[in-house]
Amino acid sequence: MANDAAVAAAGHGHHPSGWRRWLFSTNHKDIGTMYIVLSLVSAVVGGLMSFLIRLELMVPGIQFITDFQFYNVLVTGHGFIMVFFVVMPAMIGGFGNWFVPLMIGAPDMAFPRMNNISFWLLAAALVLLLIATFTQGGPGTGWTVYPPLSNADYHPGAAVDLGILSLHLAGASSVLGAINLITTIFNMRAPGMTMHRMPLFCWAILVTAFLLLLAIPVLAGALTMLLTDRNFGTTFFEAAGGGDPALWQHLFWFFGHPEVYIIIIPGFGIVSQVVSTFSRKPIFGYLGMAYAMVFIGFVGFVVWAHHMYTIGLDVDTRAYFVSATLIIAVPTGIKIFSWLATMWGGSIDFRTPMLFALGFIWLFVVGGVTGVALANAGLDIAFHDTYYVVAHFHYVMAISALFAMFAGFYYWIGKMSGRQYPKGLAKLHFWLFFIGVNVLFFPQHFLGIAGMPRRIPDYPDAYAGWNYVSSVGSFITTAATVLFFFIVWRTLTSGDKVPANQWGEGATTLEWTVASPAPFHTHEDLPDMTGEQPAE
Amino acid sequence: MAQTHRKNRTTALFLFTVAGGMVGLAFASVPLYQLFCQVTGFGGTPRTEDVAAPPAAMTDRTITVRFDANVNPALKWRFRPEQREIRVRAGEPVVAYYKAVNRSAGPLTGTATFNVTPYKAGLYFSKTDCFCFTEQRLAAGETARMGVEFFVDPEIFKDPNTREITTITLSYTFFRATDDDGAGKAKQAEAPGRPAGGLPKG
Repeated sequence: MANDAAVAAAGHGHHPSGWRRWLFSTNHKDIGTMYIVLSLVSAVVGGLMSFLIRLELMVPGIQFITDFQFYNVLVTGHGFIMVFFVVMPAMIGGFGNWFVPLMIGAPDMAFPRMNNISFWLLAAALVLLLIATFTQGGPGTGWTVYPPLSNADYHPGAAVDLGILSLHLAGASSVLGAINLITTIFNMRAPGMTMHRMPLFCWAILVTAFLLLLAIPVLAGALTMLLTDRNFGTTFFEAAGGGDPALWQHLFWFFGHPEVYIIIIPGFGIVSQVVSTFSRKPIFGYLGMAYAMVFIGFVGFVVWAHHMYTIGLDVDTRAYFVSATLIIAVPTGIKIFSWLATMWGGSIDFRTPMLFALGFIWLFVVGGVTGVALANAGLDIAFHDTYYVVAHFHYVMAISALFAMFAGFYYWIGKMSGRQYPKGLAKLHFWLFFIGVNVLFFPQHFLGIAGMPRRIPDYPDAYAGWNYVSSVGSFITTAATVLFFFIVWRTLTSGDKVPANQWGEGATTLEWTVASPAPFHTHEDLPDMTGEQPAE
Repeated sequence: MAQTHRKNRTTALFLFTVAGGMVGLAFASVPLYQLFCQVTGFGGTPRTEDVAAPPAAMTDRTITVRFDANVNPALKWRFRPEQREIRVRAGEPVVAYYKAVNRSAGPLTGTATFNVTPYKAGLYFSKTDCFCFTEQRLAAGETARMGVEFFVDPEIFKDPNTREITTITLSYTFFRATDDDGAGKAKQAEAPGRPAGGLPKG
């Protein structure tokens, strides 16, 4: 024991510098920072791709994307990058790494070296995906990679194979990260930090990590089958050889549906912390909030075929998937209710993180309502693959997740960098971004109801009006994003120093008890939480 | 400290096993899916196992069986049923024929997938013999009659879920066999009676 302590002490005195600090990093804060930087870089690439799509779609006819495979590659790349290389790294790898150990009172993650491997696997995956994009026309399969479009007949060449390998690496990274986070949360909480005292952000990350652990291996299996179908003559998804393309859809969506919760549940956690802090009240219905996420996670695994209503499921199967899907509205309703009830009678302070949290709630409710509509097989057969679906999932997971990430960024950037963000510019960023994304995505509901199909670079003149509005929204959103990068630069170069707890009495979680910026090593003496009130 | 390390290792080992198990399940889903379809008739999978003998009990109630034929463009065949529909007594074994013509200049090997609609009828539609159980090879220009022997289980009229069915459509889609190299060297399936078409749409 004494020996262990001596070794630990020696290890903690170690403070690497230069490139070794980052490349060989085993420090949860440094790795978290690298994840966030990777997410910002990918966001530029993925965002530019969507901007090109909106430029092409601004008016009817073909504008500048004359190679339609390139259009498909843009759609595919945008999806992959935003899901696997922007939202997941920022939420789970970034904020998860940074704040789970800080919030539960652990000195670091359970497996610091594995943490390093997780990050660098993801960086390699990003490089592979970008190489795939520039290989033999690129992968134009959409992020769902459905065969037969993704098989060797329609995508010969190495692009899809490179894409598959990229996802394998990203998946391995996520599974390792998930194992690390679960182990940390289960075994390394400070004395007295019981599961039911844990901040909701940690609950959110715990549920997300379990979803990753159970869903990603299924994707890995399906991708391996696709890889052997493409290269080694197996026929898992090839009807001619006794396979079935619908099997891919089952396997993909068994992963894909939990994946959308993987993206949004950490956002629930961030919004819970922010709403509680800026209402200066503990979260309303803490246990209900925690178990609502657990329930969403469970049910998320048994609703996958609602993405596949048009493949010829029989009526009983569809009836089951409709009902199971609609049940998810209950725990999400509990969450919305509890956020509102937390604010009710609270002393609300409309600082930028709170604005983004409120924006999140609005966007998530809009997306949730269209989700309830789409859950019905009868309606969905009409809406399938139209812009209504595009509008729905961008509201409910894409921009909702972005708002949660911005809420988290403004909430924690003081803790991470030790500096205050420019308050006025941050509020301007919120309003520009909020108006931008709503102008961008709300009209897409109308286009979808009118029948405009997704993933097509041209459309009849009848759809011209709302497409124009939508593209104007993307200009506003792009301007807001440029402003955000300016804010990041201003914060890091000329922000004022902030105290350990910059938010005052509302901020009760453990990360506000350490200095800002958080020192290289924190909680070396475990905080004693015995006898404390439940967190939040 | 050491205790936490041990606990961490145990937890991680367990979690790695779970992740490995999920990969295994993904692959297991292929045979499980097939088994599930055969046992439940899901997606209109007709019964092909353990149906060598039709039931002794026959009824006078009849049901219409319609025949549908499709060919994947990669296989240059003409493929048509010889009869659009027939009325059969439930329990009575019936043989129906399809006609296939190889329209290409060389030998071609095809394999057919099959199912019935309405899907819920799959459980009561039994095939005792079928050209779709093996790969079929036709020389250039060759015409072949291909038979399917089946019966409709009289239980279909007792199941409250299926008793209103008056018409069952049997559908085939011929694909070019994956082991057909175009030179006509494709081998016949070794074990006749084993579904070569396998894994119908579900």
